[in-house]
Amino acid sequence: MYALRRWSVRHARGLNAFYHGFENFLVSCNPLWRLIGYERLERPMAAVERIVKGALFDCQMCGQCVLSSTGMSCPMNCPKQLRNGPCGGVRDNGHCEVRPEMRCVWVEAYAGATRIPGGQVLLSNVQHAVDRRLQGRSAWLRVVREKTAPPA
Amino acid sequence: MKFDDEPVPGYPLPILPGHTSPGRLERVLRAGQFAITTELAPPDSADPQEVYDRARIFDGYVDAINATDGSGAHCHMGSLAVCALLTRVGYAPVMQISCRDRNRIAIQGDILGGAAMGVCNVLCLSGDGVQAGDHPQAKPVFDLDAITLLETARTLRDEHRFLSGRKISFAPRVFLGAAANPFAAPVEFRAQRVAKKVAAGAQFIQTQYCYDMPVLREFMRRIEDLGLLEKVFILVGVGPLRAAKTAEWMRANVPGLHIPDAIIKRLADAGPNAAQEGRKLCVELIQELREVRGVSGVHIMAYRQEQTVPEIVERSGALAGRVPWYPGRDNSIPETRIAQ
Repeated sequence: MYALRRWSVRHARGLNAFYHGFENFLVSCNPLWRLIGYERLERPMAAVERIVKGALFDCQMCGQCVLSSTGMSCPMNCPKQLRNGPCGGVRDNGHCEVRPEMRCVWVEAYAGATRIPGGQVLLSNVQHAVDRRLQGRSAWLRVVREKTAPPA
Repeated sequence: MKFDDEPVPGYPLPILPGHTSPGRLERVLRAGQFAITTELAPPDSADPQEVYDRARIFDGYVDAINATDGSGAHCHMGSLAVCALLTRVGYAPVMQISCRDRNRIAIQGDILGGAAMGVCNVLCLSGDGVQAGDHPQAKPVFDLDAITLLETARTLRDEHRFLSGRKISFAPRVFLGAAANPFAAPVEFRAQRVAKKVAAGAQFIQTQYCYDMPVLREFMRRIEDLGLLEKVFILVGVGPLRAAKTAEWMRANVPGLHIPDAIIKRLADAGPNAAQEGRKLCVELIQELREVRGVSGVHIMAYRQEQTVPEIVERSGALAGRVPWYPGRDNSIPETRIAQ
């Protein structure tokens, strides 16, 4: 929902702090997740993610969440799905070139990033090309798996 | 300026130490010359002669010609094909690649193909949205964005492999460029975005039309503060405005175009001489830009008034007596070759 999405950007700092706590909790539950089996958890977890992040961020379920690096404004809502910053077509009023009724997700991201500690630095990180195979899968479980994977 | 080892068309120049491409644009920029690039509007036609006729207008006045890739989301002859035609007779094109119409498989193939045809410069763009063009019902692709496209091209060139990791036997030796719009919101983020593009592989930047010098100067100051001047060549976009009405229409309809009211008023005051005033304004901008620290050249976009480019370049004095190479400049190539 557009209004809620904009609320989330305004409260980027709180949401970011909450997410980091939540992520730590998920990581600490790793033994439990392993017991149940990550593949078995995939669908229910993705369903929860779809509802929660869908409501707060209009999440598009790309499966590789970068919200913390984009001021809590989901870049997959950009009609061009730009994950590295705004295109040159942003209107003078800060609205989208493709959908004039919508504020540019990157104008929002820039505002959100100023509210997150270190957000500006995160905004400068180059996001690599999206793996389209992860579409529809749980980004949370992926993060937990990556963080708990034994070093290669 | 003439290179001693000027090549036969289709034969690359030797790559100098510290250079990544055998192209003339990189040579001119690295030699510290004020570079001039322009844009060729690809024809709505399958006739190669139309491409040559359009390129010939710029003979002796530009260092490189951008071949646009469906700019404004309008259908035209493809940029790879235009570049292939241009390199046949020795022109130095900049192959524009937009992420709107092709996925990473097609794009990587085009970069290899372009380089094989003698393309030395690639401009990586996100691309205009399909809503802006003549096929709004088309499916926008956007598999990559401008920055991941730069990374992809750099991977091909420097790591000799595709994004998948599969090896390529001969890497495309290209000079990588990107676009910037210093005038669009959020203005504070624009220099930082250039920094990201440089981190992803951009070696030169061509900007959107500049009509607002104070904003441009502020942008350049930020670029300098980020320590980018040593890492990237900035070519500022300029172009002649035909009339106050056209300028107003462009401002309202061309995405990301910023024209201050004072410019429009100046054109309106010129009355019937507006077109002349527009060219004069463009000449003045080039002269001003030459003095701005960190500006390495200008990119002249004169859509549907390409014939004004030679006059503008001439009057600006930006070439400082230099005659950029063109087919036949040194009479080493018979003119008939171009007409073939």
